[in-house]
Amino acid sequence: MNEFLLVIHRDLTSKDATPSPEQMQASIKPFQDWIGGIAAQNKLVNPPQRWDLGGRVIKQNSTVLNGPYAEIKESVGGLFLIRASDYDEAVEIAKGCPVLKWGAVVEVRMAMPTA
Amino acid sequence: MEANELLPQLFRTEYRKLVSVLCYLFGIEHIEQAEDIVSDTFLSATESWSLKGLPENPTGWLYTVAKNKTRNYLKRNTLFEQKLAAELNYNAPQGEEIDLDLSTKNIADSQLAMIFTVCNPCISNESQIALALNLLCGFGIQEIADAFLTTKEVIYKRVNRAKEKLKESQIKIQQPTLSEINDRLETVLTTLYLLFSEGYYSTSQNIPLRKDLCAEAMRLTHLLVENETTAKPVVNALFALMCFHASRFEARTNEQGEIILYQDQDETLWNQDLIDQGTYYLNQASTGTKLSTYHLEAGIAYWHTHKEDTPEKWENILQLYNHLLILEYSPIAALNRTFALAKTNGKQEAIREAEKLKLTDNYFYYSLLGNLYTNLDNNKALTQYEKALALAKSSADKALLLKTISCLIDP
Repeated sequence: MNEFLLVIHRDLTSKDATPSPEQMQASIKPFQDWIGGIAAQNKLVNPPQRWDLGGRVIKQNSTVLNGPYAEIKESVGGLFLIRASDYDEAVEIAKGCPVLKWGAVVEVRMAMPTA
Repeated sequence: MEANELLPQLFRTEYRKLVSVLCYLFGIEHIEQAEDIVSDTFLSATESWSLKGLPENPTGWLYTVAKNKTRNYLKRNTLFEQKLAAELNYNAPQGEEIDLDLSTKNIADSQLAMIFTVCNPCISNESQIALALNLLCGFGIQEIADAFLTTKEVIYKRVNRAKEKLKESQIKIQQPTLSEINDRLETVLTTLYLLFSEGYYSTSQNIPLRKDLCAEAMRLTHLLVENETTAKPVVNALFALMCFHASRFEARTNEQGEIILYQDQDETLWNQDLIDQGTYYLNQASTGTKLSTYHLEAGIAYWHTHKEDTPEKWENILQLYNHLLILEYSPIAALNRTFALAKTNGKQEAIREAEKLKLTDNYFYYSLLGNLYTNLDNNKALTQYEKALALAKSSADKALLLKTISCLIDP
């Protein structure tokens, strides 16, 4: 088993990409069920954590910018760790993310084995 | 009541109190002497009561005799007295003759101190349970062996090893300090929870014994609920959980000791008083900022006290299971969650999710799949139930599965 980082990126800046309160509400249950399903397989390493909408971006010459984005529009909406045997399995789990429907992007990264 | 009926009953309720009070006074190093004095007290009662009949106040009689025996023991054994002097001064007023304080308050304090001593992390969990049953609940070694389906020798060893360990580590029996409560409460609650589960899910066919185990776990948890320093939200949550579970005890098995499934239980056998108590303590638990697994399990158990299937009930149960699994994985919670998922999101989705669990060495896994396939594909359901049967161990589980299978073949 390997550990994978699942990062959910969402467009938090442009108005048209922000889900409506109804959409948000409707996505809570599927999201909880999705995470519950991962936990039920004993594949949840670290549960999801909510992140604020602020954030800072630090650049080469010590400039610090407000906002959670660097060049792109999407920024981190949620982040958690799961267990899976390989990328195929981790991707299969990530495909279940119900927020994909609302235009989110899920990034999957495998943890490097510790030396 | 005759002496031969009353004595075993008093032994169960008073033995543990006297032992706790004496250990509290003497310290854990002298645990055997404490037990000797109390056993001796009951021996005297057996002799005296069978000759002269019951005294007017049997409990008072036991307390007086125990006090005298303690005093004599201390006087007779000067070496013991010298060794004890330092500790006795610790707990008793200096210069006064030792008097055994058997007030309700001191009995409660002593038992509370003993719970925290027995649940010291220096001894293993299974030993803690055996020792708790022996010292705090007054169960005999044979009874404990019956409850754990093992031999007297195993339990005897377990209890003695635990006592030795406590002595070696020089654990002080005292009122838990705030920091000790914070550090050790979790272990204490685990022990009490395991004690309760041992009674509730026990494979032992001895029903009166199983009920006693649950009752003792509840009594000890109630001691913690009643003491203001230990009455934390998490303790109230555990007590609520026990109340809700215990409320269905009578309905869970028939006279032959066979398991009756939830949906077939006779609701009129559910204990409404315990349900009300559970609700009260669950409300008490709803303060503070920390959500424990006991809160979530109590919440699930609360919804199970509503027999009718409503979408609200199963949606709540599913979300509580989701949350529970995020906090702490357990195969049983995973299977129960999948059952709740079938009730809310439909059987097809639940089957897909169930098959991901791959708990292929667990007979509950196959009986869940059997249940989910029933009426969708009865042949598949049958295959699953047969796999479950091959894995089932207890005769009660096997009987239940055979009944289900015969209903499937011949509806």
